[in-house]
Amino acid sequence: MEIKILGHGCANCANLEKAARAAADELGVDATFTKVQDDASIVGYGVMRTPGLVVDEQLLVSGRVPTAAQVKELLEPLV
Amino acid sequence: MTVIDRVHTASPRQCWVRLGAATVAWWALYSVNLPFWDWLLGDAAGLELESRLGSGIHFFLYDTVKILLLLTGIIFLVTVLRSFMSVERTRALLGGKREGVGNVAAAGLGVITPFCSCSAVPAFIGFVAAGVPVGVTMSFLIASPLVNEVAIALLLGLFGWGPTLLYVGAGLTIAIVAGFVLGRMKPERWIEPFVFETKIGGHAIDPGMSLTWNDRIQMGLEEVGEILKKIWPYLLVGIGIGAAIHGWAPEQWFAEHAGPENLFAVPLAVLLGVPLYSNAAGILPMVEALFDKGLPMGTLLAFMMATVALSLPEMILLRRVLKPQLIGLFIAVVTVGIVAVGYLFNAVIPA
Repeated sequence: MEIKILGHGCANCANLEKAARAAADELGVDATFTKVQDDASIVGYGVMRTPGLVVDEQLLVSGRVPTAAQVKELLEPLV
Repeated sequence: MTVIDRVHTASPRQCWVRLGAATVAWWALYSVNLPFWDWLLGDAAGLELESRLGSGIHFFLYDTVKILLLLTGIIFLVTVLRSFMSVERTRALLGGKREGVGNVAAAGLGVITPFCSCSAVPAFIGFVAAGVPVGVTMSFLIASPLVNEVAIALLLGLFGWGPTLLYVGAGLTIAIVAGFVLGRMKPERWIEPFVFETKIGGHAIDPGMSLTWNDRIQMGLEEVGEILKKIWPYLLVGIGIGAAIHGWAPEQWFAEHAGPENLFAVPLAVLLGVPLYSNAAGILPMVEALFDKGLPMGTLLAFMMATVALSLPEMILLRRVLKPQLIGLFIAVVTVGIVAVGYLFNAVIPA
């Protein structure tokens, strides 16, 4: 599973990555994490409010930081 | 289980019951705030509340509690209401608008759309790449920080409806006019070319569509926590300075040097405010204390608007998409607008 965190290293992006890592660990999935900080690419995913969470090229969350439990709910059907 | 997880799993009935209980608790605390400090400091501790030290300490404690309560209540309410809007929806609404009407719509949407200036760059690219005119986009980017919920909460609590509505009206007017003026200057030549080449891929999800009430309440609580975490140092310093002004600053001096007769007071206040990067929460306790000392509302509001509307970190972010000429013009136009509003307020509100 390929997980991308969209945003310019703001506090929210770090929190989102933490939540996503915790969720992936709990589900026991093998995930690679990438940070996307380039503006054009961020907008390319349709995100206008950071942070954004992209899993396997699909945008799941934008503009807010979900809790680890919520990310887990979003990831479960994709495993 | 954390509070957030509890909200996440609550039934609708539990949600409403708890919200009701929280509202009652809020109201009770707000009502006993003044009598409590009067009693504790005046009767129990025996301080002379009219003395300098007494009134300074009383101002600090009473104001800290009052402002924290106001912020909690209003940020929560505003976040829940704003969760029905999203940047994506705003962009769709602005898509077909021409300049003029578009500037008005963009300024209004800037106030009600959930947005943080840390996302100014992706939002700017997203708007412009979708065909929203640059001047209209600017109106949005100016209104969003200028008319903010923290300032509205505090103005409402400290000064009432009149100054609050004036502030909102003035902020909207500045955003509309400044965006319109910038749009007339052919600003496209001062935008980094990659912005126009960016393709908006995928189908943008609209985070406002599929939220449940639990989600909205949760977002409200998170936002209260995040904003308070961010602004509490500003708040304490601001209330501390306010308390010092309240207890010690000589009224005579302020009335003579910064009163309505001094024509340079407004531009001076704005020039002081532009480089000062603070938060409305840090500025407004000082504004309250200075207003008590006889400073006119226009000068004080202009000072506050200058600090919140133009911040160095946001300009550095915007430099990624705007060339220095446009950033300079942006600062100049907004500054002139704030000075004009300051004079106007001083003329219409008696100090």
